[in-house]
Amino acid sequence: MPVEIPKDTWPGTVRTVTLGATAAQGGTRKTTVTVGGEKALPFLNFEQPMPNKPVVAIEIRDRRPDDWSPLLLNTWGEVVNDPAQWAKAAEAAGADLIQLGLSLNDRDGTPTSPESAVQTVKAILEASGLPLIVFGPGQAEVDNNLLVPIAEATKGERLVLGLCEDKNYRTIVAAAMANGHLVTARSPMDVNLAKQLNILISDMGMPLDRILMDPTTGALGYGIEYGYSAMERLRLAALQGDSMTQLPMQVTVGYETWKTKEAKVETGVPEAWGDWAERSMHWETLTALTLIEAGADIVILRHPESLRRLKLAITDLASAPTA
Amino acid sequence: MALSGIQIYKLLPQTNCKECGFPTCLAFAMKLAAKQVELAACPYVTEASKAQLAESAAPPIRLVSLKACKFEVKAGNEVVLFRHDKTFYNKPGLFIRIYDDQPLDEIKEKVKAADAYAVNYVGMDLTLDGFGIASRAGNPQAFSAAISAVRSVSTRPLILMSRDPAIMAAGLQLLSNETPLIYGAEAANLDAFAELAKQYKAPLGVLAPDLNSMAELTEKLKAKGLEDLVIDPGGRDLGSGLSVGTQIRRLAVKKNFRALGFPVIAFPGDAAEPGLEAIAATQALAKYAGFIVLDSFTPAMAYALLVLRQNIYTDPQKPIQVQPGIYEINAPKPTDPVLVTTNFSITYFSVANEVEGSGLPAWLLVTDAEGMSVLTAWAAGKFDAERIAKAVKAFNIADKVSRKRLVLPGHVAVLSGELEAELPDWEIRVGPREAVDLPGFMKKVLS
Repeated sequence: MPVEIPKDTWPGTVRTVTLGATAAQGGTRKTTVTVGGEKALPFLNFEQPMPNKPVVAIEIRDRRPDDWSPLLLNTWGEVVNDPAQWAKAAEAAGADLIQLGLSLNDRDGTPTSPESAVQTVKAILEASGLPLIVFGPGQAEVDNNLLVPIAEATKGERLVLGLCEDKNYRTIVAAAMANGHLVTARSPMDVNLAKQLNILISDMGMPLDRILMDPTTGALGYGIEYGYSAMERLRLAALQGDSMTQLPMQVTVGYETWKTKEAKVETGVPEAWGDWAERSMHWETLTALTLIEAGADIVILRHPESLRRLKLAITDLASAPTA
Repeated sequence: MALSGIQIYKLLPQTNCKECGFPTCLAFAMKLAAKQVELAACPYVTEASKAQLAESAAPPIRLVSLKACKFEVKAGNEVVLFRHDKTFYNKPGLFIRIYDDQPLDEIKEKVKAADAYAVNYVGMDLTLDGFGIASRAGNPQAFSAAISAVRSVSTRPLILMSRDPAIMAAGLQLLSNETPLIYGAEAANLDAFAELAKQYKAPLGVLAPDLNSMAELTEKLKAKGLEDLVIDPGGRDLGSGLSVGTQIRRLAVKKNFRALGFPVIAFPGDAAEPGLEAIAATQALAKYAGFIVLDSFTPAMAYALLVLRQNIYTDPQKPIQVQPGIYEINAPKPTDPVLVTTNFSITYFSVANEVEGSGLPAWLLVTDAEGMSVLTAWAAGKFDAERIAKAVKAFNIADKVSRKRLVLPGHVAVLSGELEAELPDWEIRVGPREAVDLPGFMKKVLS
């Protein structure tokens, strides 16, 4: 009995965005990462082959993150004391790119200075040839003070700078525009809010192929279904032709996962939660895969074993039949 | 495909006799389309119309249920491709597979642990659904022995797995008072398995390498009077599984293609390692499986998958909420602090569990934020200074405490100024952003 497979034809295409620039392109990256370009929902190759696979970034910090789970600190070992070495280790572990998170203060409690932030970024760029995403500590004024000099000191590298939010985006966008970088636009799990921020940023003159959007998610058990549906709806809107949603999506899975009790805590939890290390791996990989199925183009993880599993899964997904 | 009110109206007598209780046939048709009345209320509808309406009312994906003892696992009846379009209804059954060539003690041990497994998530007890028993020894004796071993430690529903009718028959004989899934029929054994399904009145799993041959098999089985089918379209790697799962769901809900309108069974247990098995099960949960068969059972993996299933199958129109009000944790006294949060159940349980676990007493004020989390509610204007102040007054918290201290979630630190203005006689403190950091905060900052 011949079955006619229903194929959706969509008028819209997600924009193609390239992160990082090689020497020939005005930067110093050994490799670049290209995401987006989808003309169909993720991995439905029978409809339209997926032009660029989702990629996995590893999150590192500018100094040892004492509040991180010991599972992470022990796995990465000594390198957590040196962001350049950490970036190198992440590259060796198979990361497609690196995401650096800047801290509010240094180890002694002194506020992170723009000079030291610039130095950290330069050291990472020396140590690793991968494209780099840099997030400020998450306080508007501090973010601006740190990200502007970083943007200037790394002109042409096509870094991604973030996070741009509706309350604070102008300074970061202007610095990225002037220095050949990209930005991440972060909105709280809502299609219209995501769209609105993209419009504001593009109104400043930022080309749309230099914006990523981060629609925010909760981890498994902590509201992942909201992130999941917001992302599915954003991707459907993009394919239906809504140009202000046609941006690749980035999502901070590691950050969300490792603040949950399930991943963070070993003792004082119900026995039914099972082995801590195993549980935290499942928490990070299940959150990541669920969102990749919803359309995530860049997932940022923290654990190298999650990275390994996700890379295998993405390869497996990308090999989907084209007919 | 469901008919519209107008389409239904054309099948009715159009006499406006009012005997159905509605003023006109059109009004009745509209109610029928909304599934708010039964067609039986119309005494004059023709048999032909009845048949046509019944056909259109049948769900695009057949509801199939497995039963044993007091347990029932249902799959099917889904109507959408994306949960945000309506909701997903029947949570896929999660089954743990054992093989009949394993030592019986090993089987019992694994089944016993998985059977007893229960984990609490936001006030709900979540459990696995049953077991798959696979014939690998190749003889009826081993299969029967494995089934008896499982039945000696669990009464949950079963999936019997063999393609040999003699082996399957031996297994089914042992399960006369229940409804297992017979897995499975393929082109080569179709007639024999169809007979077994009829004889034991049990749903039948069907295997085919592609959708064309699958549709052929299901049509043949339907012609034999079998309706309760579960389909296995192959596609064990993630990419093929996603493609074929999407194609089947689309054909069923968008084209009302009956030959593939059945729940799908998926086998993440065939993955190369347990970490990837959990990932394959993740895809099966999100992308359209009705029954999911795992090989690994560990509490950590079961917990993660059960929570994911709960999350994906939550009705997006109805977030799980708790009653707004004042909750007493660890017997608080008038001098203890008031913590404020929203009535989204995940938020509430995260906060309540942390405080309870810390052993420190506190009053927990849960505001009506329409079931949204702190940050979402704040962004939507459902969790602001005015609303918090209103809740403080509505629940008369001032009568319960002598020291008026209110702790705001760190994510809404920006509200503290406004809240001080709204509640001038209260001391407003900003707590941590995450519930997990509350015990530390309460110990260090509040005591």
